[in-house]
Amino acid sequence: MWTAVLVGSAGCYVLKLAGLSVPRRLLADPRVRRIAELLPIALLATLVALQTFSTGMRLGVDARAAGVGAALLAVLARAPFLVVVAIAVATTALVRLIH
Amino acid sequence: MRNAAGIGIATGAYALSFGAIATSTGLSVLQTCVLSLAMFTGASQYALVGVLGAGGGALTAAATALLLGTRNVLYGLRLSSLLHVRGLRRLAAAQLVIDESTAMSLGRGSDRANRLGFWATGISVYLLWNLGTLIGALGAQALSNPKAVGLDAAAPAAFLALLAPRVRSRSSIAIAIAAAAVAMAFVPVLPVGGPVLVAALVAIVVGAVTHSAPVAR
Repeated sequence: MWTAVLVGSAGCYVLKLAGLSVPRRLLADPRVRRIAELLPIALLATLVALQTFSTGMRLGVDARAAGVGAALLAVLARAPFLVVVAIAVATTALVRLIH
Repeated sequence: MRNAAGIGIATGAYALSFGAIATSTGLSVLQTCVLSLAMFTGASQYALVGVLGAGGGALTAAATALLLGTRNVLYGLRLSSLLHVRGLRRLAAAQLVIDESTAMSLGRGSDRANRLGFWATGISVYLLWNLGTLIGALGAQALSNPKAVGLDAAAPAAFLALLAPRVRSRSSIAIAIAAAAVAMAFVPVLPVGGPVLVAALVAIVVGAVTHSAPVAR
């Protein structure tokens, strides 16, 4: 756990510092811009899917899917961040209770 | 200044959920707080905790956090000509290079106002993000079985809420679905955390190939 925390933190700081320190012409490369724009989209979407439908190396549908589905509706209704998370948690807990 | 404080309070509330999720996936309160103090970039922190919570290795978790942190490089590139920071001030400024401070440093009329926007937002978010993390971590620790109350759905919901403002165009929705679908296909064959890196690869390849397309916003 500590390895992940420390290595990840150090790396993220180096990335922030690199941006302030490297020459600006790197930004001019459209491929770099495009990749930096797409990376968070691809990663966040993947994390949503994986953390909803996978447990370890197994895929499956459980109560989390209902929670995240409800969260999607909340996002589409432009609910604030905490409301989205709270709806997901409450829906999942409710489904588990009924089941 | 008032905007900066407002954003700080909003992210502080969001830190509550980070603190709660992190401790419920097995990090100690101290590890959770160190993440917010040292890493201080929300999406990366969620990702790291998410991969660890799913049983992924430490280095895979760190790599996922780094990949999400790459956008801060671009923010820094944009900010460097505005801030003109050297030495210790640059080391301090770097830690505050995040989504919120960058957004508040753009288009505020003058360079002076832009700089103020960066520092005020960065500092206010830093303080309230860490305070929120601590409270959330302590709060979740008080719960006996986080999974029973549905806290395992909190992380994917948080990612969804982070994703939403970034997918405004058809092409960005397409890449989101494509990356997630490819990664899901790799779940049964790769170790935990591996599929996330596959998704990153999809983004890199698509980005390199389609860079001439207009940047959709």
